[in-house]
Amino acid sequence: MIAELGLAALWIASALAVLQLVGGVLAQKQGGSEMAKLVRPAAITQGLLAAFAFLMLLWLFAITDLSVKLVATNSHSAKPLIFKLSGAWGNHEGSMLLWITVMAMAGGLIALVERRLPEKTMMATLAAQAFVGIGFYAFLLLSSNPFERLPQPAVEGMGLNPLLQDIGLAFHPPTLYFGYVGLSVAFSFAVGALMTRKVGPDFARAMRPWVLGAWVFLTLGITAGSYWAYYELGWGGWWFWDPVENASLMPWLAATALLHSVSVLAARDALRAWTIMLGVVAFSMSMLGTFLVRSGILTSVHAFAVDPERGSFILFLLALYIGGALLLFALRAGTVTEGERFSVTSREGALVFNNVMLSAILGIVLLGTLYPLLTEAFDVRVSVGPPYFNPVGAIFTVPMLIVMTIGPMLRWRGDSFDRIKFPAAIVASIMLAVLALVLVLGSYGILPVLGLAIAIGLGVASFLPLRGRKLTRVPIATWGMIMAHFGIAVALFGMASETAFSEEKLAAVSVGDATDVGPWTVVLGSVEPVAGPNWTAIEGRLQASYDGSEPILLNPQSRNFWAPPQETTESTLATRWNGQLYAVIGNQASDGRWQLRLWWKPFVTLIWYGGILVALGGVLAIIGRVRGDLKRRYVRARSDQRREDAAAL
Amino acid sequence: MSNFRLWIPLGLFALFLGVAAYQLTQPKDEFVVSTMIGKPIPDFALRPSHPDRPGLTINDLTDGKPKLLNIWASWCLPCIAEAPHLETLKRQGAEIVGVAIRDRPEDVARFLARHGNPYSKIGADDLSEVQLSIGSSGVPETFVIDGNGVIQHQHIGDVRAEHVPILLRELAEAGQ
Repeated sequence: MIAELGLAALWIASALAVLQLVGGVLAQKQGGSEMAKLVRPAAITQGLLAAFAFLMLLWLFAITDLSVKLVATNSHSAKPLIFKLSGAWGNHEGSMLLWITVMAMAGGLIALVERRLPEKTMMATLAAQAFVGIGFYAFLLLSSNPFERLPQPAVEGMGLNPLLQDIGLAFHPPTLYFGYVGLSVAFSFAVGALMTRKVGPDFARAMRPWVLGAWVFLTLGITAGSYWAYYELGWGGWWFWDPVENASLMPWLAATALLHSVSVLAARDALRAWTIMLGVVAFSMSMLGTFLVRSGILTSVHAFAVDPERGSFILFLLALYIGGALLLFALRAGTVTEGERFSVTSREGALVFNNVMLSAILGIVLLGTLYPLLTEAFDVRVSVGPPYFNPVGAIFTVPMLIVMTIGPMLRWRGDSFDRIKFPAAIVASIMLAVLALVLVLGSYGILPVLGLAIAIGLGVASFLPLRGRKLTRVPIATWGMIMAHFGIAVALFGMASETAFSEEKLAAVSVGDATDVGPWTVVLGSVEPVAGPNWTAIEGRLQASYDGSEPILLNPQSRNFWAPPQETTESTLATRWNGQLYAVIGNQASDGRWQLRLWWKPFVTLIWYGGILVALGGVLAIIGRVRGDLKRRYVRARSDQRREDAAAL
Repeated sequence: MSNFRLWIPLGLFALFLGVAAYQLTQPKDEFVVSTMIGKPIPDFALRPSHPDRPGLTINDLTDGKPKLLNIWASWCLPCIAEAPHLETLKRQGAEIVGVAIRDRPEDVARFLARHGNPYSKIGADDLSEVQLSIGSSGVPETFVIDGNGVIQHQHIGDVRAEHVPILLRELAEAGQ
């Protein structure tokens, strides 16, 4: 009964989405206001029904109803409750339902709270949201029904894979999904604005919290994904330019650009067509990412359940939505009136520079990711890796980061460089001093050295917008910007420091041997065989002592899984304030010695702390913006009230 | 068309769609095909992996008689699945020689006792050296070798019932 309730709710929700689309489109015509009355309630109800369907799925997983196919294949009665629940979205069908649910709820929320936009634009936005939703409903209901029953209930579930019982794995995909769905809302706003040609500050303010929210989730998702790859893959790296990683990076780059251009549009009514374009591009990148990951069209180190048929479906949706939006853009963008003008040396100027650079980086990552796909069509197999991405990306990243140090200090519309000469000179001299210092210390390669100098300069510069201001009167959103920019500096410092100063030791050691790496001395105490539920492993017992202090015990493993046969390394980490020791044990050589791989990575953890700071900055910005909007709404309501009172007198 | 630039994004997107759609329809080639097909096997000599069977050297593959060379291991699950089909091949007159990859003699003995022994000779390839030298990248794989030690055909993955006639035909062609 629970499954049927969920399924029924989904069907009704999809019907409401159709109603929402038709109503929203008809509302564009003369005399369509009667239809328009249906649209908001339809959107709200649709959101509630989708949420209800998802709750039903959670319930089925919570009670392990083995007559439902999805539960039987992905769960097990002996699983801990948290993993039973996370199992609900840890598979294709469930994750699509989660996607739909979040999207429908976002649509409902817009319908409920958004009052700034002209009614017609609002209707077009909700219609666009419904249009995107319908495709996913069709996908879910026609080809991947999560509520499908088994003809015969299973005796026990098949999903007791301990590998998948990982709390990080349970929450990483939904985080990215929230980001992608947030961008779908931005996309709907962009399409709605294009339909009615009403592009302006109100549109930007309506869109901004969604872009910010999506961006926060994407930032967290990328940060977590990078840390996962770092400790799980056992290669000691934190970014591999792998297609799956790039698939999550590209929407982030587009969202970052969009975030800044939306700010220009909201504050100064400039960059109209450009913001619309970015809104379309950001969601395209989410869909593209999903397509690349799910279709298995590119080879990746991250194993996923891939399915070319589902890939075709996503490609079809991609063609429909993005192709449609770009067509609309080509037809309409020329008729969107030009926004306000500004001089090159101004806040807008710096933000445009940021946008152009971010777009260029996005283009580079996109090209590098899709290039193998392109050449394979001509039967040439290539693999594009760090030798391309790092230097080519840096060409645009370095200037962007440098402009980032002074941009926030500039005034809107027009400013003279003379005004900020002094702080700019301080930042520049800090960077040059660090650059000189590192160059004297040794040769570390051009990119890490530049990275260190810029990181420290940017770290200082990110606080300079506070100069001469009363701290208690600085808006929350500005604090958000400062924290996010500082977070970028922190992460950059971690990356540069890791690249420049990491020490690696690959040693063949006998039991009792000591190896030095960085400030650590590591002694191999013993090597023991250990066994888990579906693996056996050899485990090294290492005594690692930091700078002569009391040794701590580290137990890296080399595991052999037998079903399916697979060898994995379980690295161990020892974290100190100034870096991490990373230990991996390898095979035994023929002379009985063990391969031990040790890294000392100074300040590597700053990469992920920086990512978290960036996300927190985004959260602050949302709080500040939403508060500002509420205040503005209150003030407007009060002045309306006053006007009415005055008229009544 | 004064605003032709506005059409550029759509054009680029259409290009991407075309390539992606084309790639999706292409059969995904996940197998690493040996570059050694049509070439003679490099010189090698492997010690026996099982007390009842001799080891394997290049001379065993150049004695004029075409053979099936099966790359397998006792730790490999698909190898269990293909064992009965190797028996069938043997019954139908194919001579099969085995190369056991990274295996221990006691495990090999246990595996053969349980799943049957279709091999006339089994060499122990402890470091995958012979496997790599003939261009095999996984376990199990089965090669058709003609009487002069030249690789004629490579079968990747476990041998299933439907592959038996194909391998027999390849073997017959190699003998001509």
